[in-house]
Amino acid sequence: MLTTTLDQLRPPQRAEVISLSGEPGLVQRLYELGLFEGERVELVAIAPLGDPIEIRLGNSRLSLRKAEAAGIAVRLL
Amino acid sequence: MLTKTITVALVGNPNAGKSTLFNALSGLRQRVGNYPGVTVEMKKGQFTVGGVAVDLIDLPGTYSLAARSPDEMVAVDLLLGRRPEERRPDVVLSIVDASNLDRHLYLTSQLLGLGEPVVLAVNMMDVAEAQGIKVDCARLSRELGIPVVPIQANRGVGLDVLTKALLAAAKGGVAPLGPSFPIEFEKEVAALQTELGGDVPGFLTRRLLLDVGGYVEQWLVGTHGGGLRAHLEDARRRLAAAGCPVPAVEARVRYGWVRPVVAAAVAKPAERPVTWTDRLDKVLTHRVWGTLVFLALMFVIFQAIFVGAKPMMDTLDGVREIAAKAVERVMPPGPLRGLLADGVIKGVGSVIVFLPQIMILFGFIAVLEDCGYMARAAFLMDRLMSRCGLSGKSFIPMLSSVACAVPGIMATRVIENRRDRLATILVAPLMSCSARLPVYTLLIAAFLRDGYPGWVPGLTLFAMYMIGFTIAPLVALVLKRTLLKGGTPVFVMELPEYKRPTVRGVARRMGEAGYAFLRRAGTVILASMILIWALLYFPHTDPTGTPYEERIEAAEKKLEGSETKAKEARDAGEAVPEEVEKAAAEAEAEKNTLGGEWKRGSVLGQAGRALEPAFEPVGWDWRIGMAVIASFPAREVFVGTLGLLYDVGEVDPKALGDDADEKGQGLKAAVRKEWAGDPVRGPYHTAVALSVMVFIALCMQCASTLAVIRRETKSLAWPAFTFAYMTVLAYLGALVTFQVGRLIADLV
Repeated sequence: MLTTTLDQLRPPQRAEVISLSGEPGLVQRLYELGLFEGERVELVAIAPLGDPIEIRLGNSRLSLRKAEAAGIAVRLL
Repeated sequence: MLTKTITVALVGNPNAGKSTLFNALSGLRQRVGNYPGVTVEMKKGQFTVGGVAVDLIDLPGTYSLAARSPDEMVAVDLLLGRRPEERRPDVVLSIVDASNLDRHLYLTSQLLGLGEPVVLAVNMMDVAEAQGIKVDCARLSRELGIPVVPIQANRGVGLDVLTKALLAAAKGGVAPLGPSFPIEFEKEVAALQTELGGDVPGFLTRRLLLDVGGYVEQWLVGTHGGGLRAHLEDARRRLAAAGCPVPAVEARVRYGWVRPVVAAAVAKPAERPVTWTDRLDKVLTHRVWGTLVFLALMFVIFQAIFVGAKPMMDTLDGVREIAAKAVERVMPPGPLRGLLADGVIKGVGSVIVFLPQIMILFGFIAVLEDCGYMARAAFLMDRLMSRCGLSGKSFIPMLSSVACAVPGIMATRVIENRRDRLATILVAPLMSCSARLPVYTLLIAAFLRDGYPGWVPGLTLFAMYMIGFTIAPLVALVLKRTLLKGGTPVFVMELPEYKRPTVRGVARRMGEAGYAFLRRAGTVILASMILIWALLYFPHTDPTGTPYEERIEAAEKKLEGSETKAKEARDAGEAVPEEVEKAAAEAEAEKNTLGGEWKRGSVLGQAGRALEPAFEPVGWDWRIGMAVIASFPAREVFVGTLGLLYDVGEVDPKALGDDADEKGQGLKAAVRKEWAGDPVRGPYHTAVALSVMVFIALCMQCASTLAVIRRETKSLAWPAFTFAYMTVLAYLGALVTFQVGRLIADLV
């Protein structure tokens, strides 16, 4: 079992969220969007210039900057 | 007979189909509500059901009621009946996406705590079914404890049932309960409520505790002082120790409540099917293919605004000229004729001329937004724009500004973050727009073509565009570090499902953009055109008291007479007598001289001469300076005014590129001739020409743009600031260009 942070993933890797950290406003927004501990995400794409990343979470897709994704600890599936 | 009016607030996530439902319910009976202190627009619509009038308020799309900015707080205050402009809503209409119920019901669960009846509209039932998702709305209604109506907003399905449900809820609806929070949390809320007193509703007390650094916290700590902050911090620490940390506790409670409800009411396939969105994103957000598609699309849009709008704009221009000529024929010369022909008709024309560009750009924006591509474009360009402190959403407004800043600034509405949006608005006019082109063309053709290698004109033009492309991001960066400084915003953005846009939706957006421009910006543009006309018109009599119009008219008559004679001679197969040709040339010269004399003596002409010392360091004489000032309504006016001042008559900027056009060639020759005999402009003509071009590239000589900035920022301060900083920047740029150019010329 490999733990890393969300910004380190490559498409089409999947992972399970272990914990969230960062600015309170960011963490709260991620919670609101349903991204929290125990959820599974898939890395869909990385933007041409290497940032941001696109992830899929259930039926929603989110774009996160790498700096934001770096606060999300995940376990590779 | 209408006996009663009820108020319904429409709330939903972005991309839930909220605007589509709003338009379907209220049709054309809608207006924009104005709320002091905020930049968001909220629409209000009206419809009737069962003899009751319904006021429908469309709140901005949001994922949550956790307000972080004044704009977001307006929506919350409105829902709680705390805004003086609106009644407290009788019913809250919550719209959710059937294929993504978990996440959308999170917001619904927050609405349940407002204390008002809630009706749930489950939208896009067809899309969900195509993915094998079956929603049992009767079961969902039982589980949630509120009325639930399945709808397809884009096709108008289910709206009858929905409006009846709204009416029923307004008459006898009960405020539902929603999820309950842990007892430790409730205790902290009760303690805070005691401290705050009865003025703050319980809903906001909960938000105060939950939203770390949120708007409610800033506001209440501001009014109640640091004691409240200490209390809050202690309370949050106690909650974390008790195993319900803020803000995670809210997500756990709400999703913990939503998920079993969805599990009971929704049947999903065991394996998530591969959707169209999955397939399209494989290409459209791909590093290589995504970039190629994006570049191709941007090229099409750019080309459409730049070139596609041209025939329509030329037609409008032609109509304007015909109308002005007709007025000149019908009316006797005098101030009234001048006001109508040169002030009003030209003014109205220069307002309407923007419409094709605005409508074309907004047509594209509507299609890209409705189909879900806009978020992908922002995703692809985010990194590039983040280098100047902005986000990917600023890209399309900036690119559009290369054609014209007016539609570009209107397009910044897609940027939710207030500071990012302002920064984009303030730098968009620096992008080199199409109105600057005639000025570049004139000066390059006059001074940088003959006697230079063939690549010089092209390189100069390219350099002028590069000035905008490099200065605009730099200014944005400076603004974001100084005037528009603030905490790092959250850049997390949803990439919605791809959808097919509807013709009606797109047409509506185009119409709205055009109307908003005409109504709010058009009047200011017209007023400034009339002002500049008056400054150039008065005084309109020569020292003997004869109006210039009469003298010009007389010269025109002479000219016409000579031309008729010349034509008669040619028709008869004879050579045109020398004295006739001479008379025609004299009449033409007299007419142009009179025109120049009039403008030189006008209020603006006198001002230009008074300001001559200020123009000296940048290498201009008073005529160039005056042409620059007179170009305030629009930059292309510069060429026309310069033509008048150099006694060659009014020059059509479009004819400059045309080597066969006499007046355009005449102006080039006149500028060259006038400058040749001048001690400054003679030897340093290239430096002067470049200094004028750099000034035009950086200056804010465009009344339309200023009017649009005022309309979009709802303030006079921002357009004033934009004008001031750009004028200073342009002057400094021209100064450096001229002084450096002069040094180089002296060395060579």
